[in-house]
Amino acid sequence: MTHKKRVAIDSEPVWRIIEHIMNKSAQLAELRHSLARYGLPPERKPVATGHPQADAVLGGGLRPGSLHEVFVRSGGGFAVLLALLAAGGKSFFWVRPDYEAMEYGACSPNGLLELGGDPQALIQVRTRNAADALAAAHDILACPHVGALLLEIEGMPKCLDLVASRRLSLAAAESGVTAFLLRHGAQAQPSAALTRWQVDSMPSQAKDDDWGNPVFAAQLTRHRAGGLGSFSMKWNPANACFETPDIGAVVAAPADRPAHQKIAI
Amino acid sequence: MPRLPTDRLTRKSQFSAPLVISHKANNALYVYALEARAQKLGLYKGQPLANARAMVQPLEVVTADERADAALLDAIADWCDRFTPLVSLDGACGLFLDITGASHLFGGENALLATVIQRIASHGFAVQGAIAGTSLAAKALAHFAPGSIVACGGEAQTIAPLPIAALDCDDKILHALRHAGLKSIGQVAERLHSELSERLGKRFVTRLKVMLGAEEQPLQPRRPLPDLMAEQRFAEPVVTEAVISASLLSLAESLGGILERQGSGARLLEAVFFRADGKVERIAVKTGEALRDPKVMLRLLRQKLDALADPLDPGFGFDVIRLEAVLAEETKPATVSFDSDENARRQVRFLTDRLSARFGEHRVQRFVPQQTHIPEAAGVAVPAQDSDFTGQEWILKRRTNDPPRRPLRLLQRPEEIEAGLPVAPDGPPKYFRWRQCRHDVARAEGPERIAMEWWRKQGLTRDYFRVETKDGQRFWLYRDGLYRQDGFAPRWYLQGLFA
Repeated sequence: MTHKKRVAIDSEPVWRIIEHIMNKSAQLAELRHSLARYGLPPERKPVATGHPQADAVLGGGLRPGSLHEVFVRSGGGFAVLLALLAAGGKSFFWVRPDYEAMEYGACSPNGLLELGGDPQALIQVRTRNAADALAAAHDILACPHVGALLLEIEGMPKCLDLVASRRLSLAAAESGVTAFLLRHGAQAQPSAALTRWQVDSMPSQAKDDDWGNPVFAAQLTRHRAGGLGSFSMKWNPANACFETPDIGAVVAAPADRPAHQKIAI
Repeated sequence: MPRLPTDRLTRKSQFSAPLVISHKANNALYVYALEARAQKLGLYKGQPLANARAMVQPLEVVTADERADAALLDAIADWCDRFTPLVSLDGACGLFLDITGASHLFGGENALLATVIQRIASHGFAVQGAIAGTSLAAKALAHFAPGSIVACGGEAQTIAPLPIAALDCDDKILHALRHAGLKSIGQVAERLHSELSERLGKRFVTRLKVMLGAEEQPLQPRRPLPDLMAEQRFAEPVVTEAVISASLLSLAESLGGILERQGSGARLLEAVFFRADGKVERIAVKTGEALRDPKVMLRLLRQKLDALADPLDPGFGFDVIRLEAVLAEETKPATVSFDSDENARRQVRFLTDRLSARFGEHRVQRFVPQQTHIPEAAGVAVPAQDSDFTGQEWILKRRTNDPPRRPLRLLQRPEEIEAGLPVAPDGPPKYFRWRQCRHDVARAEGPERIAMEWWRKQGLTRDYFRVETKDGQRFWLYRDGLYRQDGFAPRWYLQGLFA
C-alpha cells in the first residue's frame, strides 16, 4: 500500500504560479507570433488581383509595401500588370538597364494603354547597368507617394544578392511602395521577397473568338506569409484586373518537380 | 591677344628660330601669325610664306591649328567669367568683357584692366586691352592704343586720331577711303554720313557710329546670361570638400533669398567652380519645378557631384565659387496645400529631379503621344522633367471588350524573321524563326494595314498580324511591302511582343 502524501498548500501561491505560467505562455505566443512574422512587411490593406483562388492564397491580394519576384520564361507582361494593379492610378516607375530594352523590347505606351494602364502615370528610368538600377530603385522606394516600382533585371548579376533584396524589401516596407522584381533568364536565388512567381504565357482558349487577352500560367512558388499554388490568370483590360479564364482550365503541374514543393531559401 | 597662335606653342616649348604659323589660303601658304622676334625681322601677317622664308633663315614654321586656338580662347574666356558673366568672343583671338556695373568689385576700371592684363600675361600671352563705352571703340583702342580707358562719351575724341585701319573693315572700303584721301578716323567722321552711306554702304556708317560711341551694339554672350547669381571669392583657394560644401550652402541660401524676394524659383541651376590655375568646371542641375529651397538645391547639386564620372578635382583649390540660376521662373507663393494629391505630385516631381540629377535627364523619361499611325513613332520618350508636354491625352483606339491590338513591348528596331510559307498568299506565315527559335503559329489575326505617311516617302506599306504561337506567346509581325507588288518572297519582320 502506498500512502498518499497529502500536502497542504496554500491557495494563494498556487494562483500566483498559475498566473505566472499563463503569463509566460501568453508572452511565448506573442514571441512566437512575432518570430513567425519576422522580416515580413507590416500589415497593409491588400490589393485584390481579381483572381479568386490567387486572392485566397495571397490572403486577400497583393500586400503593399513588399517585394515580389517574378521569374519569366515568356510572358514578361505579368509583372507589368501586377505593378499596374498595385499602383492603382498613382505614378508607376519602371526601372531597367539599357540592355533590357535591346533584348526584350522597349516599353510601348500604346500597348500599356490598351492593357488598361495610363501612360501618363508611367515614368521610365533607363540605367547603364544593374547596379545603377538598384540604386535608382532605392531612391524611388524612399518616396511614399509612388504607386509601384517595377525593376527589370536580366540574368543573375552579382549585385542582386540576398542583401540587395533584403534592402529593397525593407525600403518597400518603410514607405509602403510595392516593388516588383522582373527577372528574365534567371534562376531562383535566396531572397527576401514576400512572394515569388514563376510565369509562362498560356495559349488562349480554343473556343475563344476574341482571343488575345494575355493569359498566364502563374505559379506561386514561394510565399512567406501563406500557401502556394498555381493559377491560370487572364487579364481583363476593361476592368484592369485578373480573372479566371472562361473554361477554368487547370494548369498542368510542371514535369520536373511537384507543384507544391516548397523552394527552401 | 595678337599673338595667341604662337603664344600657345611658345608657352609649352622653346623654339630656337623665330616661329611663324602658316595657313593655306587660295592654294598658297601665308603667314597666319608670328612671334615678336619674327616681327622684328620684318615679317608681317598675310605675307606669302615663301617670301618670309627668303627673308629669314632659319625659320620655324608650324601649320595653323585653328581648332586648338579656338579651344584655348574658349578656356581664357571661361577664366574671364570670373570678372563678369557677359563675355563674348571676338574673332579668333579677341575677347569682349562687358564690365557694366562690375568694375567697382575689382577696385575700379584701372585696377580691373590692370588685373586682367597682368594675369593673362603671367600665363605667357601677349595681351592688349582697353576700356571704352562701346565694344568696337574698345577693340580699336586695344589694337592701336592699348591700355587706354575712355569715359562714356569721350570715344569720338579718343578715336579720331587713329588710322583708318582701326576701323577693321574689308580691304575694298579701306582702299576707297585711302583713295578719297582720308587717313584718320577723325577725317572720316567729319564727312556727311549720307555721303558715306551712299559710297560705302549703310553697314559701314553703323560701324562708324558704334565706334564713335554714338550708337550701341549689343554683345553676343558666349553662354546665356544667368537670371540671378551668387558668388563667393576666397583669398586663399579652397580645397577641402567640407569648405566647398559649406560655401555652396551659403550661396544657395543667398540665392534662395533673392529668388524668394523676387517671387521666382530656379529651373536650371549651375554651380561654377573657378580653379586657381584657370580651369573652370560647371555643374548644371535641371529641375522639374521652380526651386528656391537652399537645402533642396544643395541636395540636387550634391547628387550630381557624386554621380560625376571623374570627380570634381580642386587641383590647387578653387578661388571663386558661383551659383547661378540660369533660368528663373515666376512661381506662385508657396502655400501649404491641403490637397494631398498635389503634395504627392510634388513629391514625385522632386523624386524625378533627384533621379535626373543622379543618372542624367535623358535617362528618366515620360511618354508623349504623337499623331501618327506608325507604331514606333506613336509614343516618344521625353525627359520627365520637361513640363512642356504635360496635358496631352492618350486616346484609346481599342473598342471595349476587345483584346489589345498593340504590343506592350516594341523591339528597338523590327527584327527580320525567317518566315515559313503563308497559309494564304497574303496571309500570315505558318511558322517563323526568330532569334534561332522556331515558333509555330497557332492563330493569327490580320492583316492590319499601316501605310507609311505619304509626305515622308519612305518605307513600304506594312501588313501587321497578331499571332499566337502554340506555346501561347503572342507576337506582332508584319510583312514589309504589299504581296502583289513585291512578288512571292516578301520580307517578314517581328516588331513587338504582347504581354
